[in-house]
Amino acid sequence: MVEAIGKKFRAKKNVLVIGVGNAYRSDDAVGLVAARRIAEKGLTDVEVVNQTGDGAALIELWQDAGTVILVDIVQADAQPGSIHRFEAGVRPVPEEYFHYSTHLFGVAEAVELARALKKLPPRLIVYGVKGKDLSPGTNLSPEVEAAVPEVVDRALQDIHAAGATGELH
Amino acid sequence: MKSKTLKVEYLARVEGEGGLYIKVKDGRVAEVKLKIFEPPRFFEALLRGRNFAETPDITARICGICPVAYQMCAVHAMESAFGVRVGGQLRALRRLIYLGEWIESHALHVYLLHAPDFLGYEDAVRMAGDHPDVAERGLQLKKIGNEVVAAVGGREIHPINVRVGGFYRLPEKRELTPLVGRLEWAREAAVETVRWVAALPFPAFERDYTFVALRHPEEYPVNEGRVVSNKGLDIPGEEYDAHFEEEHVEHSNALHSVMKEGGEYCVGPLARYNLNFGLLSPPAQEAARTAGLDPVCRNPFKSIIVRSVEMVHACDEAIGIINDYEPPEEPFVEVRPRPATGYACTEAPRGILYHRYGVDGNGTVTDAKIVPPTAQNQKAIESDLREFVSRFLDLPEDKLQWQCEQAVRNYDPCISCATHLIKPRIVRE
Repeated sequence: MVEAIGKKFRAKKNVLVIGVGNAYRSDDAVGLVAARRIAEKGLTDVEVVNQTGDGAALIELWQDAGTVILVDIVQADAQPGSIHRFEAGVRPVPEEYFHYSTHLFGVAEAVELARALKKLPPRLIVYGVKGKDLSPGTNLSPEVEAAVPEVVDRALQDIHAAGATGELH
Repeated sequence: MKSKTLKVEYLARVEGEGGLYIKVKDGRVAEVKLKIFEPPRFFEALLRGRNFAETPDITARICGICPVAYQMCAVHAMESAFGVRVGGQLRALRRLIYLGEWIESHALHVYLLHAPDFLGYEDAVRMAGDHPDVAERGLQLKKIGNEVVAAVGGREIHPINVRVGGFYRLPEKRELTPLVGRLEWAREAAVETVRWVAALPFPAFERDYTFVALRHPEEYPVNEGRVVSNKGLDIPGEEYDAHFEEEHVEHSNALHSVMKEGGEYCVGPLARYNLNFGLLSPPAQEAARTAGLDPVCRNPFKSIIVRSVEMVHACDEAIGIINDYEPPEEPFVEVRPRPATGYACTEAPRGILYHRYGVDGNGTVTDAKIVPPTAQNQKAIESDLREFVSRFLDLPEDKLQWQCEQAVRNYDPCISCATHLIKPRIVRE
């Protein structure tokens, strides 16, 4: 499922922000929440979409983008709410961080398959937030909620660095 | 005589969480367990008390790979309860969305999940490194299947346009026609897929299966037909419960299905193909023949070829449906709830899926039963493994383990689907 929640991007220079997750599984929605907050900034040249994490759809989604920022929940040996940033072009995204789901073909596999197929965007930045609660529900846990502003700020810095105008309108 | 234990703690490249345990004692297979430890999901209990109109969208959530199968079963079962027949273009559109799901599900399994087994790769990512063109073709095929589902269903995963009686909104002809060119490419790619997979190395392994699939007088079975087997079964879908039952086994969170007369059976592409070869479209039959696949195939490893042949058929038929499509006057047939029991069996990508609902006069669901294909195949998978290990006991350990996992994936098991239906067992002492 791909749901556009921001502006349409027009050229390869532009930035695509992808929030990955399930809105009904508590902290699993952190990527969707962060993406929504970025969309609310109303930045020009930035498209924001939400996605369930289907790997094949991700590859399709990012193939025309210049810079892609993807936000998802991760499982890591770390504090809930901790933020993990990966530059996919620099090194592989650790599979164990994203392998929490029964979806066979998720974010890490999509990145590596895209790398093998030379379909990675020029720049792909992945933000992972360590989750705490994956039970059915629509609220983030306090630890994960507290991480969202920092993820949004750091993503906005990446957006500026990518040359998007970042104008509010 | 030798003894050994093969254990695969987590099966990779199957949908859901499962493991495998095989114990060999004194040179013979003592125990085989396909362990399903994905937690149960209680969908049947969840459906009780809900309105009939919600069933397609609730049950679609059982699976992200075959949601259309659940939606189709739910709407057909409700229509059977309320005495409504949906025909003409609405029926054709249902077939179209279902065929789209076959294409995307089969492409995913053939290319990304099963082919790496045959070629000796740990996963599709490593395979793609050496065979980028192949992985690319698989992704494109999957994408075109998704596009068909999205064009009819509104979106590709958990479509939102299906309702009891038909659809919420009808696609315009001009929304579907651009898919024809895409599907023509996909049909060619599927023919190429058949050629490619037919050349893979297959273990010499056959079993005398009881194949169970739907059969329709004029169509390769998708949405409807009688439930038939190669051993004489021939019943309408509403008699399913009289001939099949589910049992709980301790090592699995998914119920095992058996035939009351005859025990284990096999559903899925291999069963459909063996029981319906003559109803495949001419290009699909041609692709099978060219690949040297006989109309009867009992080698489960060759299910990868059969899935590919079914992709040719699905593309071919989808093109025909779109070419003949004219939007009907109304997007759905009105239904009036009445107290009744409704039944439906349809062909999910992995085999027959059965739904039964009890509904009261207000349209409230009073009872639900759902039997997914993977629950029905568990016993066949275990028997395949028992026989395979017995025959190939002398293979080196790593090769034997590899091929056992491959044998499980012959069925494209969807463990998430299978575990929605466990009844909790409470022991009091």
